[in-house]
Amino acid sequence: MNLKPLFEPKTMAVIGISASNDRHPANVIYDKNNHRYPVKVYAVNSRGGKLHNEMVYPRVAEIPAKIDLAVIATRAELVPDVMADCIAAGVKSATVISGGFSEGGRDDLQDRIVDMAREAGLPFIGPNCLGVYVPSRVDTFFLPIERMIKPEAGGVTFVSQSGGILVDHMIKFAQQGVGMAKAVSIGNKAFVREKELLAYLSHDPATKVIAYYIEGFGEGEGRAFVQAADVCAKPVVIMKSGKTAAGNRAVSSHTASLAGDYASFAAAVAQHNIIEAANENELVSFCEVLSSYTRPIEGRIGIITGSGGHGAMAVDACSLAGLAVPEFSDQTRTEIKNGLSESVRTIASLGNPADLTGSAVDDDFVACARVLAASPEIDCVVVLLLPYIPGVSLDIGVRLSSVRRQSGKPFIAYVPHVEKYNMLIEGFELNGIPASSSIEGAVLMAKALARRSSC
Amino acid sequence: MLNREIKSILEKSRKWGWVLEPDAQRILSLYGFKTPKFDVAATGSEAVAMARKIGYPVVAKIVSPDVVHKSDVKGVVVGIKDDETLIRTLARLSKIDGFAGMLIAEMVRGVELIIGAKNDFQFGPMVLLGMGGVGVEIYKDVSLRMAPLNTKDADHMIHGLGARKLLTGYRGSEPIHLNALKKTIVIFSRFMMDMQDVVESVDLNPVMCNAKSCIVADARIMLKK
Repeated sequence: MNLKPLFEPKTMAVIGISASNDRHPANVIYDKNNHRYPVKVYAVNSRGGKLHNEMVYPRVAEIPAKIDLAVIATRAELVPDVMADCIAAGVKSATVISGGFSEGGRDDLQDRIVDMAREAGLPFIGPNCLGVYVPSRVDTFFLPIERMIKPEAGGVTFVSQSGGILVDHMIKFAQQGVGMAKAVSIGNKAFVREKELLAYLSHDPATKVIAYYIEGFGEGEGRAFVQAADVCAKPVVIMKSGKTAAGNRAVSSHTASLAGDYASFAAAVAQHNIIEAANENELVSFCEVLSSYTRPIEGRIGIITGSGGHGAMAVDACSLAGLAVPEFSDQTRTEIKNGLSESVRTIASLGNPADLTGSAVDDDFVACARVLAASPEIDCVVVLLLPYIPGVSLDIGVRLSSVRRQSGKPFIAYVPHVEKYNMLIEGFELNGIPASSSIEGAVLMAKALARRSSC
Repeated sequence: MLNREIKSILEKSRKWGWVLEPDAQRILSLYGFKTPKFDVAATGSEAVAMARKIGYPVVAKIVSPDVVHKSDVKGVVVGIKDDETLIRTLARLSKIDGFAGMLIAEMVRGVELIIGAKNDFQFGPMVLLGMGGVGVEIYKDVSLRMAPLNTKDADHMIHGLGARKLLTGYRGSEPIHLNALKKTIVIFSRFMMDMQDVVESVDLNPVMCNAKSCIVADARIMLKK
């Protein structure tokens, strides 16, 4: 199954264009791609005519070019005929935006288009979906361009059964400065499903982390998916919904009641090196850190802080997450101490967390980070950075990033995310250190790196 | 692999939707699990002869296609030490609905574990390990993993139990034979892979583990409809 035309189309047909309604999904999709992305877009409607002075083709077959991607947004009953046209015209891939298939009780209609596509070897996404968004390439989401928030181009690809959850997470990724490689809404996932996308994305150079929002799998589909994810070289993150629904069915054995649907899901996923995110915060944090660092850690965390309270909170969060915060050896403490400025040296407490206090300046953070970066006692550094400490400058992120780069050890920062501190935050993030907006988020990032190795 | 005898037992059991305990024990022993010595008696004299051959004390259990949960009808009596008690037990059990005989088995001692599996719609056979006995659904101290499993998987499952210390020797108790347990889990996962087309769920409960071996003392095999 070749999905490249779906994600990197050079030519695209939007089928179901309305002559009168500019807010029709097909029109929105046509407009947002036409002249905005490096893809030649053709409008299709069986009645033909013109749309804003451009040609509307009555059928795909009449377009004077081979079509890489057909976006089908007609009424559901018309989709089989449209798909037959696409197959006859040699279209290479499709996304069926239209709803009104199995989600509305029309399994027959859905089965028909799947059978046609399978026989013809035409991969399609959907139906009942938004389709694909690839930064600077293509966008089949029927959301008006002025309403969408798009993250920067980056390493995360998010595949979602729900279009709404997908768009919401694009906002969250954008807010958190996490770049995306692709966003894929698979809707009813009638043909192209999680597993087929995994196969493609595992070889996609732009994708570093593959994230999924999953409501459920079909019969035996979960097994095939987790086994494929297990041998995928890239980290796979899953967020699941529908965890509680089936718990109370009457069951005739102990095992069936103890191994409920979600318990089985969680166990199978964890067993196959897939990282399950419990909620949206975890998902965003996991994706951010896993797109920054590829090497797993054992989970021995060194914490640098400018406030004792923050340090204590971070230690609690670490132990809840199953991460160790080992006390530094005397030698390490001495090394840190020797690097600190005179005034801080006497008041800092250096057990782990290394609390450099509110009197610390950039140089103190850098000196401490150097020692921890080199120390074999820990394998990940969490820096709790409080921009309101007077001795901290806007350069701190850049300076710590350069320490990080020399050592190769993952650094994770916590910085309160308000507009005022943006330049400081970007000093971290643009130089390769993920910065979380909460202490817990920073610890969750470390947890994701540790989980990656535990299976 | 399922041999002809296993297949014919499964075929015969289809009408009940589950496999009667003597048949389940037979299937398991054919597949390579350790099971207790047992026999099924219909009359008092048969029972006495069998119990003497197995050696007292014995456990007696109702065999009835109408009784899936034996302890719910007081259908299990453990620690029977003499002929008299045995005959009295038979008299009582024979009044239970669907009585088809009384299973007499040797008493095995050890830590009670449950090893079970269900055929999950999304993931296929999922194997469960937990501390057994009646408390299993109360404590919910279980590990779950997708079959098939290797020894390393079995090791992970044992480590996932909160009560694992009870297996490795706690306050002077004898540690159980961990390799025997791992082997039982691995064979069981293979069994479930072989049986996935016909079986809905299986409980081996209890599996009695001691310093020497792990013995499947009771088994419930529920068939697909």
